[in-house]
Amino acid sequence: MAAAPQTLEELSRAPAPRARWRGAIANFVRQRPLGAVGAGIILLTAALALTAGWIAPYDPLANDFGAMLSAPSAAHWLGTDAFGRDVLTRIIYGSRTALTVGLGASFIGATLGSLIGVASAYFGGRVDMLVQRVMDVFFAFPVIILALAVVAILGTGAGNVILAIATPMVPRCARVVRSSALTVREMPYVDAARASGFGHGRIILRHMLPNVMAPILIMGTAFLGEAILLEASLSFLGLGVQEPIAAWGLMLRGAAVEFAETAPWMAIFPGLAISLAVFGFNLFGDSLRDALDPRLRTQ
Amino acid sequence: MARYILKRLLAMIPTLLGVAVLIFVLLRVVPGDVVEARYLGQGSQYVSQDLMNIERKKLGLDLPLWKQFTGWMGGLARLDFGVSMWTGSPITEEIKLRFVLSLQLALMASTIATLLAIPLGILAAFKQDTWVDYAVRVFSIAGLATPSFWLGSLMILAMLIVFKWVPPMVFTPLWVNPWENLALLIWPALAVGYRYCAVGTRMMRSTMLEVLREDYIRTARAKGLWMKLILTRHALKNAILPVLTVISTEFAFLLGGLVVTEQVFNLNGLGMLFVEGISHRDYTLIQALVLLVATFFLTVNFVVDIAYGWIDPRIRYR
Repeated sequence: MAAAPQTLEELSRAPAPRARWRGAIANFVRQRPLGAVGAGIILLTAALALTAGWIAPYDPLANDFGAMLSAPSAAHWLGTDAFGRDVLTRIIYGSRTALTVGLGASFIGATLGSLIGVASAYFGGRVDMLVQRVMDVFFAFPVIILALAVVAILGTGAGNVILAIATPMVPRCARVVRSSALTVREMPYVDAARASGFGHGRIILRHMLPNVMAPILIMGTAFLGEAILLEASLSFLGLGVQEPIAAWGLMLRGAAVEFAETAPWMAIFPGLAISLAVFGFNLFGDSLRDALDPRLRTQ
Repeated sequence: MARYILKRLLAMIPTLLGVAVLIFVLLRVVPGDVVEARYLGQGSQYVSQDLMNIERKKLGLDLPLWKQFTGWMGGLARLDFGVSMWTGSPITEEIKLRFVLSLQLALMASTIATLLAIPLGILAAFKQDTWVDYAVRVFSIAGLATPSFWLGSLMILAMLIVFKWVPPMVFTPLWVNPWENLALLIWPALAVGYRYCAVGTRMMRSTMLEVLREDYIRTARAKGLWMKLILTRHALKNAILPVLTVISTEFAFLLGGLVVTEQVFNLNGLGMLFVEGISHRDYTLIQALVLLVATFFLTVNFVVDIAYGWIDPRIRYR
């Protein structure tokens, strides 16, 4: 990676913003081929989700009782399910559910978590103590148990699943962000902001939060893959997104298990879709962490 | 040291109390209770309110919340977990065999994860940025991306189609019939272990990379020591601590966190019990279960912290 411009002269010679972006992307691809592959998979998933209406060969909800459980063929590339619904179509539409829940949950989880983390570091003392103890309580639950508990309270459905998945992510994000925010808090500019009489909220949001963006971004991308997996798990248990909405975890449930021996395509392809999407997010997240976190940099 | 241990043990109490309050409140926020789940769940819509209130009184659900809570806490202090509201049998009985199953599965999965993670992580670090490194990373990240319930069903499917063999469906404890027991549990352990080796592999690789850049490693190489000896004797000792931490944290979560895998393999473990308990609104059972899992988690973390001082003499506790 090129060194950051140090002097005024260098700064004036630095390329225009757009060219710099292009250069940064080219650098990322060259130095982190695995990360680029991950980004490619993410873009593909996003493209599928956005264009599902045009590229999907069938209607995801249309039953076709003449073609129940038919094997992969020219008409149905990945076969059909027990209701005669096209598996490929439902996988394409399922990417919408996965991305909506994944993005929603990690956005809410990372936002709430980082606000709590930064505030806890900023106020310090008793507030910090109290917040940490409360976080400890949440940490003692396995992720899936916490998510199940929230679903039990709020009920199933995509919106509630987003909240259920975001809940266990809040304390995890808060802990990481707090430790970064603790060093930021000792920076002279925070003292300066306080001396200028800025309110707590302004210091937290405008001065501290932007400076812990790197760990937040890392946690956020790491959550994305995990959130998609968790959504699939909850839907697989029948406690997530509900039929007839197309969701990958849901497709692996019920008939897919019952007819696994005679119609294995129902059990194989949606699982592949989950793995591939999560794989993409994890590869990208890993490389992003390497690139953003100087302590873990491997060069 | 003794002081430190005592301090850590005492610090567990407020956390556990917090867990207890949280789960107690959460359960009672959820609409419906065990009586409704029993009578209305079976489709009989016309159960009289009086009958349901009598049932509630029997279970102590008519008492004010604080009384219910102090009653529960009082029982715990006497190591009495109470009886399940759904089955009426003592909770220790309900949990015992399932705990054995879940613990064994968690142990087996963690062993598999460790056996995969340490050599793979060392290999990836040693061959950094070569195709070996990339292959190891892709293998481990793919493990993290594959839902273990899906991998599990593929395994069952493959055994069914290729070998015409289905794993036994009934759990037999290890001491009764070790063969039956392992034939059942090895598959979920593999599915879960592969998934969780990724975290350990990644950690092993990055700490190993850090250690390999230390001066004493360069000295050892300059002396002409075998690379194999340097890796296993010099570097591993200093790189393994964080790996132990992440693997033991994973292990602690596996005890109650295998809800979906248990479902696929039809294992009657703690995760399955938890889901059943939620659908029955079995307050006493879920409370005991959650507290058990949380205690287990905190204890494992505590033991790891103590083990740190034993493995690495530079660490001193105050």
